[in-house]
Amino acid sequence: MAMFESLTKRLEGIFQNLEGRGKLTEDDVNSALREVRIALIEADVNLKVARQFVDRVKQKAIGADVMGSLSPAQQVLSIVQEELVEVLGGSDDKNKLDLSGNPNIIMLVGLNGAGKTTSAAKLANYLRKQHGSRPLLVAADMYRPAAVNQLKTLGKQIQVPVYSEPAGSDPVDICVHALDYAREQACNTIILDTAGRINIDERMMQEVVNIRDRVRPHEVLLVADAMTGQEAVRVAQDFNDAVSLTGMILSKMDGDARGGAALSIRTVTGVPVKFMALGEKLDAIQPFYPDRLAQRILGMGDVMTLIDQA
Amino acid sequence: QLFSRMSTTVEETDLITDTLWDDLEESLLAADVGPRTVIWLIERLRERADAEQMRTGAQVQRALREELVDLLGDSSPLHLSQRSPLTVMLVIGVNGSGKTTSIAKMAARLSHEGHKVMLAAADTFRAAAIDQLKVWGERISVPVISQQPNADPGAVVYDAIQAAQARGSDVLIVDTAGRLQTKYNLMEELKKINKIIQRFVPDGPHELLIVIDAPTGQNALLQARKFAEDIGLTGVIITKMDSTAKGGFAFAVTDDLGVPIKFIGTGEKVEDLIPFDPQSFVAALFAQE
Ligand SMILES: Nc1nc2c(ncn2[C@@H]2O[C@H](COP(=O)(O)OP(=O)(O)OP(=O)(O)O)[C@@H](O)[C@H]2O)c(=O)[nH]1
Ligand SMILES: Nc1nc2c(ncn2[C@@H]2O[C@H](COP(=O)(O)OP(=O)(O)OP(=O)(O)O)[C@@H](O)[C@H]2O)c(=O)[nH]1
Ligand SMILES: [Mg+2]
Ligand SMILES: [Mg+2]
Repeated sequence: MAMFESLTKRLEGIFQNLEGRGKLTEDDVNSALREVRIALIEADVNLKVARQFVDRVKQKAIGADVMGSLSPAQQVLSIVQEELVEVLGGSDDKNKLDLSGNPNIIMLVGLNGAGKTTSAAKLANYLRKQHGSRPLLVAADMYRPAAVNQLKTLGKQIQVPVYSEPAGSDPVDICVHALDYAREQACNTIILDTAGRINIDERMMQEVVNIRDRVRPHEVLLVADAMTGQEAVRVAQDFNDAVSLTGMILSKMDGDARGGAALSIRTVTGVPVKFMALGEKLDAIQPFYPDRLAQRILGMGDVMTLIDQA
Repeated sequence: QLFSRMSTTVEETDLITDTLWDDLEESLLAADVGPRTVIWLIERLRERADAEQMRTGAQVQRALREELVDLLGDSSPLHLSQRSPLTVMLVIGVNGSGKTTSIAKMAARLSHEGHKVMLAAADTFRAAAIDQLKVWGERISVPVISQQPNADPGAVVYDAIQAAQARGSDVLIVDTAGRLQTKYNLMEELKKINKIIQRFVPDGPHELLIVIDAPTGQNALLQARKFAEDIGLTGVIITKMDSTAKGGFAFAVTDDLGVPIKFIGTGEKVEDLIPFDPQSFVAALFAQE
């Protein structure tokens, strides 16, 4: 919230000299957008994306009428916010999960510690409750100590079966075997929890490609930590090049990270945000609302999400 | 990438131009140094360039490196208590940053140096967190004191202190659950753990280490500030430096808190932990991939 106040204040400072009302001039807009750009970078929006975004806004803001009860500062902010919602996919339908498969196969990928395993369980829980799906969780992380146990524990908590194999098994085999197991168990939604990996680790990236090639998932979701900084774009691009992402889950949105990384990823790769994760509890996941994220990025807090959580 | 572009384009004889300043600014921002620190740095460099009558881009770049190294402060090794027979280290940070893994790496290092190390599994909340630490303990042959899932973390820490003292361990490292710094209850829980250590170990905890992963952006400073405010910090560990992220938040964190960075994590294996060196950290910012 403090951030928003400071952005509003800074914009108001800039427009102080603006006589009365009228049209926003290029000079007014330029100095205002400098502040907006800094605010975006503080929100972890990628530099280049911030610049590109500000250019878009500039076209709309110059010559805009300032009228009604809006101050010039508020006017600029509202244009910024509208545009943010638009870029985040406000008016398209890509933000929804594809559940047309039979079975549906959803693979989660991402950097170490991003929140894949937790999100896998949350997604299973969500799909079972909201869509009446019969999910199967698949433990395909053979590297992190106790990763399989972690997923099994979560599965038990939400009463969703977990397919796993003993230590030393091959993650590709595990996923392939899981498909058979799902058929036997009449599970119609298969969620693959893969190991965390760094996007430039070639051997590990190849593994996830191999899984994708063998299993052909309908959804390949990048789990992206809301706290990620400037490198988010590079990470998403690398994963996208390797396994063609169909969406992302923005995790750890329950803190005070502004989540600008999501805007960057969406802008550069076109990969839509499909869910936001908001806590460690297994119901702390919700569909993506672009307007809420837009407010967050601008530092306006996230009133709706907080209300939902209460 | 931007850094590498900068380092290749700045020749010894290149003069100082507006483009140079823009490039510097961009490369710092792209490394997550953060707008406030960057604006401050560039202003400071411009002043120095005037005062010291710098003429070339290379001179400016050298000055930038000096400033960056200065911001990082001195490196310092883990503090082992001289007064207390048992040194206690509390490791904290947000979810998934690499606490448990870094603890295993530090424990392996310390026991290799001849210390008798013990670990406390005070993350009783996250699924299989206790198992994870136990697996590490077995791998590195270091005992792990634990209780049941959902046990009171304070009780685990108390147990572990007793056990460490009884068995003559000289270092106890406490693994805590990940917590976002904005969660009031979880921060209160941490304060309680801290108080228990203070009560039973003279001058403890001797290290309060926050673990932040390199891909983190501007939230890193908020994390460090809040943890420092609530229980204090003696050091920072930056993990996942094997990624393409540069960890540029480090400058604001060390400058703001005056707390040193102790280690850099560079992978998932037990040996992937190196003592922090400001010079090479700054060099890595400018390194070409
Ligand atoms: N506060 C918060 N914590 C979360 C959220 N999602 C996951 N976590 C926590 O983040 C940490 C890492 O989550 P995991 O699900 O283990 O992450 P992962 O991507 O599977 O990790 P690796 O398998 O090691 O790569 C755990 O402490 C989780 O409880 C979230 O939305 N909010
Ligand atoms: N590539 C890489 N991965 C790391 C590094 N440090 C930790 N990890 C991985 O990051 C993930 C999370 O590490 P943990 O040690 O479980 O993190 P944590 O902070 O204890 O997580 P919570 O207890 O859930 O909050 C695991 O997959 C680790 O293997 C590192 O330096 N490099
Ligand atoms: Mg996992
Ligand atoms: Mg842990």
